[in-house]
Amino acid sequence: MKILPIVILFLVGLSSAHAGAVDELLQEYRSQGAGPFSAEAGAALWTRSGGAQTCAACHDSDLRAGGKHAKTGKPIAPMAPSVNAKRLTDRAFIEKWFKRNCDSTWGRACTPQEKGDFLSYIRNQ
Amino acid sequence: MHIKHFWPLLAGIGLVATSLSVVGDDDRRGSDVAPVSLPLYQQECGSCHFAYPPGLLPARSWAQVMAGLGDHFGDSAALDALDQQAIQEYLLYNAADRVKERRAVKIARSLRADEAPLRISEVPYIVQKHREIPARLIKDNAKVGSLSNCTACHTRADSGSFSEREIDIPGYGAWDD
Repeated sequence: MKILPIVILFLVGLSSAHAGAVDELLQEYRSQGAGPFSAEAGAALWTRSGGAQTCAACHDSDLRAGGKHAKTGKPIAPMAPSVNAKRLTDRAFIEKWFKRNCDSTWGRACTPQEKGDFLSYIRNQ
Repeated sequence: MHIKHFWPLLAGIGLVATSLSVVGDDDRRGSDVAPVSLPLYQQECGSCHFAYPPGLLPARSWAQVMAGLGDHFGDSAALDALDQQAIQEYLLYNAADRVKERRAVKIARSLRADEAPLRISEVPYIVQKHREIPARLIKDNAKVGSLSNCTACHTRADSGSFSEREIDIPGYGAWDD
């Protein structure tokens, strides 16, 4: 059974592939005065109306499903790390899309608190 | 004919015949506009929409598009400074008015020097090529939606090819005007 520890390590590695990037970002947001973060608050923000659109309009309200761009119809891969292992693994990628999508959706930048809540919500999907 | 001149002559005929057949085929594959060749552009712009080949707009249009990415048709398409510069240089260098591909040249020629459309769907050559297609096949077709959705009907648009015989309109099929 020499292979079992390796398999376990591999599975643990898979399940926590996004932990590094997300934990680093959450720490950064805390250093900017935000926190504590809440997955429930992130879920509420996901469908919050009042802006030009909602997150769910393009990404679907089920994060395990794929979405599509509201204007162009181009498919968007699922947000949930449980079905899309590439999600939440790259800090620069996450911040780039926060910048674009917060502005497109709400007409302003997201606060560190909002970003932390979003990440807390998405990481468990 | 002396035998030592035979083979060069035959090769010459072959070359001429080959080039004639290429020039003669108005819908020759892959030569309409150059396909996208910058992975960064494909990644940054192609996430939200078809990464339009740079030969579909003149340089002055691309310059304006790149200057307004904060409000890109209602969305933010903001880039960091280095990516912005690399993509801008790629687009301008390969723009319709700076390349030789057949349809790129026609696009550039269809515009007055002071015209700089931000939408490819407003380029006179593009408008004219789609004029006869009824709205129910494009705008009112749920699987197409807009003239901006090139890949919905142009099956080889990814390769820079927009030949009429490659058209497959969803729910309708081939187009022959």
